[in-house]
Amino acid sequence: MMVEVRVRRQQTPSSGPRWETFRVEATPGMNVIGALLRIAENPVTAGGKPTTPVSYDANCLEEVCGSCAMRINGRVAMACSALLERLDQPVRLEPLSRFPMVRDLQVDRSRLFEDLKRVKAWIPIDGTYDLGPGPRLAQREQEAAYPFARCISCGSCLEACPQYNDKTGFVGAAVIGQVRLFNTHPTGRMHAHERLEALLGAGGIHECGYAQNCLEACPKDIPLTQAISEVGGQVMRHSILGFFKR
Amino acid sequence: MAAPKIIVVGGGLAGLMATIKLAELGAAVEVFSIVPVKRSHSVCAQGGINAAKNLKGEGDSPWRHFDDTIFGGDFLANQLPVRDMAEAAPGIIDMLDRMGVMFNRTSEGLLDFRRFGGTLHHRTAFSGATTGQQLLYALDEQVRRFEAEGRVRKFEHWEFLSAVLDGARACRGICAMDLRSMELETFAADAVIVATGGIGAIFGKSTNSVTSTGSAQSSLYQQGAFYANGEFVQVHPTAIPGEDKLRLMSESARGEGGRVWVPRDGQKWHFLEEWYPKYGNLVPRDIATRAIHKVVFELGLGVDGQPAVYLDLTHIDPKILDRKLGGILEIYEKFVGVDPRQQPMKVFPGMHYTMGGLWVDHKHRTNIAGLLAAGECEYQYHGANRLGANALLSCIYAGRVAGAAAVDHARGLANGAGAVPQRVFDQEKLRQQELNDGLLAGRGGENPFTIWKEMGRCMTEHATVLRYNDKLRQCDEKLVELLDRCRRLNLSDTSRWANQTLAFARELANMLQLARVIVRGALERNESRGGHYKPAFPDRDDAGWLKTTKAFFAPDADEPRFVYEPVDTSLIPPRERKY
Repeated sequence: MMVEVRVRRQQTPSSGPRWETFRVEATPGMNVIGALLRIAENPVTAGGKPTTPVSYDANCLEEVCGSCAMRINGRVAMACSALLERLDQPVRLEPLSRFPMVRDLQVDRSRLFEDLKRVKAWIPIDGTYDLGPGPRLAQREQEAAYPFARCISCGSCLEACPQYNDKTGFVGAAVIGQVRLFNTHPTGRMHAHERLEALLGAGGIHECGYAQNCLEACPKDIPLTQAISEVGGQVMRHSILGFFKR
Repeated sequence: MAAPKIIVVGGGLAGLMATIKLAELGAAVEVFSIVPVKRSHSVCAQGGINAAKNLKGEGDSPWRHFDDTIFGGDFLANQLPVRDMAEAAPGIIDMLDRMGVMFNRTSEGLLDFRRFGGTLHHRTAFSGATTGQQLLYALDEQVRRFEAEGRVRKFEHWEFLSAVLDGARACRGICAMDLRSMELETFAADAVIVATGGIGAIFGKSTNSVTSTGSAQSSLYQQGAFYANGEFVQVHPTAIPGEDKLRLMSESARGEGGRVWVPRDGQKWHFLEEWYPKYGNLVPRDIATRAIHKVVFELGLGVDGQPAVYLDLTHIDPKILDRKLGGILEIYEKFVGVDPRQQPMKVFPGMHYTMGGLWVDHKHRTNIAGLLAAGECEYQYHGANRLGANALLSCIYAGRVAGAAAVDHARGLANGAGAVPQRVFDQEKLRQQELNDGLLAGRGGENPFTIWKEMGRCMTEHATVLRYNDKLRQCDEKLVELLDRCRRLNLSDTSRWANQTLAFARELANMLQLARVIVRGALERNESRGGHYKPAFPDRDDAGWLKTTKAFFAPDADEPRFVYEPVDTSLIPPRERKY
């Protein structure tokens, strides 16, 4: 099957974007990454013009490392699990739009990791030496928490969120999902107030506009809107209690 | 006394555990990683992590774990470090549990354990079928906390190129490349820990991630580090064949009751259960892989005449499957388009892991002073075949040992990295810059991705499940040809910004050198042991070959040479390996 692939390319963060079209012989089960590899083997456009291989991020190729999020036919998707035979032709590939450009389909998502620092998305353990077993946890609680622990930090929910931009500084659904995860863990709960405090500040949970796009964009089906509503409630209680303590 | 400065290369489980240990011990740590550390290949591990917690009343113990591991590795692993790892394992699970890993639970709220290959005990703690992801994230979070406190500095999107060695050939730092600006820089350190993972890309398609090229290990081998037991690679029995990679279907599928079969005379033939009644579908991976190979290629019984067997979960309650194996069912559904709760999965063996790696001593020190190694990139724990769910354990254990040993090394230095003359660093940077300049100026007709594919085909065909000496010789000749063609590359991209082709071309040359270590090491070893199987020499030969292969690079000949060292069998005398 011959597939036409159009790639939005940009040589450097400051150069102008341009489109290039490639024709790729697709085998059954081939994904978008497979097409990009074929292009790298023979970097020539459909018009016969030699060009450079396309720059992109990818690592695990099984949708668990979170690297290869991009816009495919106008919607955010993971390139590794986007099989060519299931996509409308021609296939249009564009970089994520909410993050600084690096080159071609590569963008800089470091802000996501910085925001995880802001909300202290970790369990503050005393040390790694032998301090005995961890807290007991009901099966039910584990099952409710586990989906949030599967967030791959791909940025899909942020790309789809109308509020995720420099103006609001909104941390976005992925980060709120992590607050949900740590605030219900038996040890993490002891420090819930620190995370809620962070979500009360600039770019906090009040910036959510309830568009609910995050839920649909998430490749891991994480119940993000549920996290936003639960954590929203926690933030509200925290701020009211804080008001009366003043 | 100033805090020791330690560099960690690689941000998977081993690298992050080393980082945490180093930060706890008061070192200033710099972590280098090609990808943001949260995206490292450890994230792909599925089934679980072994520890003899004995929570199922089976009389399990660290000694049994140790014995299973040594036996599973066909007695090639040095025994003391393996014993120490098995003893440390229950404490490691506790630590991970305290870090918040969402391990599956029993009805009492305790950790649940499941069965895995090569043992008769429920010894494997797990978090659905995404255990590697969950462990990596737990360590990533702890490192992020240290980073927020200023005790760890990350260099993500940086690629390690080489060690900086002083006049006494001691390691004093590293040379690395910024994968955006493509600029080279050297970094001084009192000790360097490499934790750069696996080598799957040498086989073209494998279950590994794109960055698992073995390039760093190969570069260090070419700088004088010993590379041990390179000929021992693990081919996992159950992967989904794919165009771009082989996607792992975890051994936990069989640990939870999954059965392997092929149709024969209109019946389901559960050949593993028939051939290995005691362990059944949970024989170690080398044995299951050879059995599948035999059924498909010798008996001609592959499903629909294809190289495939069934891995069947359809007899198990879908609710249990979702709770315990959800992650891998999702992968199968997304990439194959079939629901494994309803239909048996079609799988086939695929290159998965290297037991071989940089040679290290008990403290994870390589033969280059100041250079340590931890995780899949070293050879310490798995002998000739790794047991499932021992990899995550060995990464974390090794990272911890290496972290402490690096600080010891740094504190014992008469002169820290600060005392090394600047020209030592400048020379290494110049050497690496010249390599880059040569590649960028190259106008030959060769495409690096094409050469890579040819290498992968050759290695998969001749250096995986069955090995024949004449084929290994041909394969080595092919590798020499590819190395030669590698000197006539045309990168198609001469820019100096985020040039991924340049980075790949450098990795390719290193992969080819390491491929030769694997092939030549296999050629030398005329016996069968664990993952290394030669039909012409079908038995284990302890008199001749109970010894560790140590490859070193002979720069003038541009090829590997081998020496051998005895294996420590002081605790468990070698016995016949039969399941």
